[in-house]
Amino acid sequence: MNWKRAAIAIAAIIPLVALLGFGMTRNPKEIPSPLPGRVAPEFALAVMPEAALPDGSEPALTDTVRLSERRGRIQVVNYYASWCLACRDEHPVLSALAPAYQSRGVDFSGVVYKDSPPAMRRWIAEMGGQTYPALLDPTSRTAIDYGLYGVPETFFIAADGKVAKKHIGPVTREVIVATLDSLLAVTPAVARPAAAADTVVR
Amino acid sequence: MIAALKGLAFAALLLTQQPMSAADSAELDRKTREVATELRCPVCQGESIQESPAELSQEMKAIVREQLAAGKTPDEVKAYFVGRYGEWILLRPTTSGVNALLYWLPPVLLIAGAVLVIVIARRWTKAGADATTPPVTPDNVS
Repeated sequence: MNWKRAAIAIAAIIPLVALLGFGMTRNPKEIPSPLPGRVAPEFALAVMPEAALPDGSEPALTDTVRLSERRGRIQVVNYYASWCLACRDEHPVLSALAPAYQSRGVDFSGVVYKDSPPAMRRWIAEMGGQTYPALLDPTSRTAIDYGLYGVPETFFIAADGKVAKKHIGPVTREVIVATLDSLLAVTPAVARPAAAADTVVR
Repeated sequence: MIAALKGLAFAALLLTQQPMSAADSAELDRKTREVATELRCPVCQGESIQESPAELSQEMKAIVREQLAAGKTPDEVKAYFVGRYGEWILLRPTTSGVNALLYWLPPVLLIAGAVLVIVIARRWTKAGADATTPPVTPDNVS
């Protein structure tokens, strides 16, 4: 019977059309990261000195931020660079929110990606300062450990050390507040003092 | 005392470490190239980290070499990158799990389509032959 054939044909076509429709809703440029839900890769990165020496040379790196030493506090790790235009959009937001969340058990860090300390310092000064430490990753090993494609990218790490979210592109106030507030809601009250290396680059 | 012990341990480590021979180094380079050819450059368009001159690719290649030199197998090195970037980082995706569908579905559909075409063609031919065959009457029965 013809109606039976038509029903079979429609039943065969519907899943294909649904699959194509689902594909159209996906952003092909967005590649899901396997990191959320997993323990964040450990890092020990030197803190970028606040200023160069009077003769223009770089001072010795004395402070280091180790992720393992910050267990129990929520971490916001932002990869950025002075040559990154999109980083200009998010930097004032990150810098404004960092002090407000510091007392609530959240540490912000900026990891310098493929950039030099002098260029980064100039950029930070131009942007009006930075309220959290800038960390150096000269060989990009930490960037590769975090599966970085480019900058800016921001990782939210829960107090238990697991990656809660990876944000590609400039992060907005809404995303930061929503993510941190939801993480704080499930995190036991933390009153641990900030790490010693939490210097402020201005 | 502790400093002296640390010094002794370091000296022992230096003594036990043998410099890599030229043959070993060449073999390591070959393995590095092999693995690097299978890993996608994250900042390029369809290029492997072996072909790409991008700085990030060179750093990734250095990691491949280090891990192979440390005794990891090529599969373990690839698993390290898959753990960071996902399966996307492999230029040749694995044939297990959902990926198996991508490999097997096209030939299965092709065969199913060919069978369907043959069945329909046979039906049409049969229907055509039936239509042209003269009806059986008492006159043309031998």
